[in-house]
Amino acid sequence: MSDLGDLYQQVILDHNRNPRNFKRLESANRKAEGSNPLCGDRIQLYVQLDGGDGTMIRDIGFQMPQGSGCAISKASASLMTEAVKGKSVRDAETMFQAFRDMLAGGANAPGKLAAFSGVRAFPSRIKCANLAWHALHAALQNSAEPVTTESAKDF
Amino acid sequence: MLDTRRIRTDFPILARKENGQRLVYLDNAATSQKPRKVLDAVVHYYSEHNANVHRGAYALAVEATDAYEAARTAVARFVNAWAREGVVFTRGTTESINLVAGTWGRANVSRGDTVVVTAMDHHSNIVPWQILCQEKGATLRMVEITTDGRIDLADFGRALEARPKLVAFPYVSNSLGTVNPAAQLIKLAHAAGAVTVVDGAQSSPHLRVDVQAIGCDFYAVSGHKMLAPMGSGALIAKPELLEAMPPYHGGGEMIERVWDDHSSWNKIPHKFEGGTPNVEAAVGLAAAIGYLEQIGMDEVSEHEQQLARLAIERLSQIEGVTVYGPRDHRAGVVPFTCGDIHPHDLATILDRDGVCIRAGHHCTQPLMRRLGVAATARASFYIYNDVDDIDALVNAVRKAGEVFGVLAS
Repeated sequence: MSDLGDLYQQVILDHNRNPRNFKRLESANRKAEGSNPLCGDRIQLYVQLDGGDGTMIRDIGFQMPQGSGCAISKASASLMTEAVKGKSVRDAETMFQAFRDMLAGGANAPGKLAAFSGVRAFPSRIKCANLAWHALHAALQNSAEPVTTESAKDF
Repeated sequence: MLDTRRIRTDFPILARKENGQRLVYLDNAATSQKPRKVLDAVVHYYSEHNANVHRGAYALAVEATDAYEAARTAVARFVNAWAREGVVFTRGTTESINLVAGTWGRANVSRGDTVVVTAMDHHSNIVPWQILCQEKGATLRMVEITTDGRIDLADFGRALEARPKLVAFPYVSNSLGTVNPAAQLIKLAHAAGAVTVVDGAQSSPHLRVDVQAIGCDFYAVSGHKMLAPMGSGALIAKPELLEAMPPYHGGGEMIERVWDDHSSWNKIPHKFEGGTPNVEAAVGLAAAIGYLEQIGMDEVSEHEQQLARLAIERLSQIEGVTVYGPRDHRAGVVPFTCGDIHPHDLATILDRDGVCIRAGHHCTQPLMRRLGVAATARASFYIYNDVDDIDALVNAVRKAGEVFGVLAS
């Protein structure tokens, strides 16, 4: 039970139940779609980059079609939106790298993102945790290509 | 119930621990475990008889050919095929159906024709027909299901009004466990002039199958779901249909004579078995059939139905659990959801107790859309499962409810 407790930490269960920034963003100027075809997880990510020089994430929102997000993918998306909102694009990419490194066995990512360190012990769920971040990366790169967990080599 | 205590000792993998617990393997609709007898048959084949088949002029090659052809006879007997020449070895159900679509389908389906499948078909009995219909400009008609998870017979009747060239359906649904009235559906399809393809992936391992009694034209089998090695399987067909069909894969073995610019074809079933076949798979499949016949297929299905009934009853008592599929006419497949817990989270939590279930769309996305869910959890049973396994399943689902706070109190 203890390792299950490491995976499903209270903060993850909370964000699964009450996801933050769970909205379609009408003001979005970047969008990305992510999917994990193996489990059917799908995410629509909306990002509003700052109008000035476009280097700051002013607002961010995500949606998952009914029933298509597991607790890990939904909580990860929710915590990600909290973490990157108001941050520079560069900082967000740095966080993405830190998050990915953590799941690959590296040091814990900063702040609440460390709640996902328990996913490391569940290899079959790492893609769930990474999904939203890959969608964010695609949105920031302004890639029109939908990301899937089966196309990114280092998902 | 079967003597599972004895049966379990025949399956080496069931002795292993999963996260320190007894392995509770409930993903049999995906693939079954293999008894020692099947593993030994494969090792014995390679240790004693291995050579290429149908071409060697030496004793070893004759032995290999005999073993391979004896496996064909075993498959023919197991499903009561029309003739042993009507058994084509394939890699499994997917290849069997693609073979029919790629040969019979390409020769017989043309622009404006209709092919009928059902909304409960596995992707392997949908996508080959989509590809065929797109290539030919034909229409693919998907028959709806009823709310309790059966083929909607009224819609099936409407689909037949188009006088389809071919009707395909699963004998047993891998997602719902529904046992379809195969003989009745085939009779109706034949009356409308259609050729019938039955996906037997979930029926051959679990029911006594008699292809002549149900009266279909093509029947597809996967060996790996019925104790045999992965990559084993067969297409069972009426010999006269196979005779009239163009070949599938060109290559060695499937030819009679090869000239510079054309060839003539070998006799059936060899016409459809280009290249060196998977002899170890065929030998393993024969051993699996022998094992199942020793238990008796009626006993196998009775055992699984009892487990399914018990699992449905016990799971339904858990608050928040929904079980999908019909209440009767079902095989040992129990799909369910638990509150708003995503099936993948359920599967992860169950795995910690050594309980292996499938979570996802089960390669039936059209069906999932109709059920209004993105995914379900699915427990599916076989001869080595017992009441202890159901206890483990039910306890683990309760635990998942506690982790996610779904359960009252």
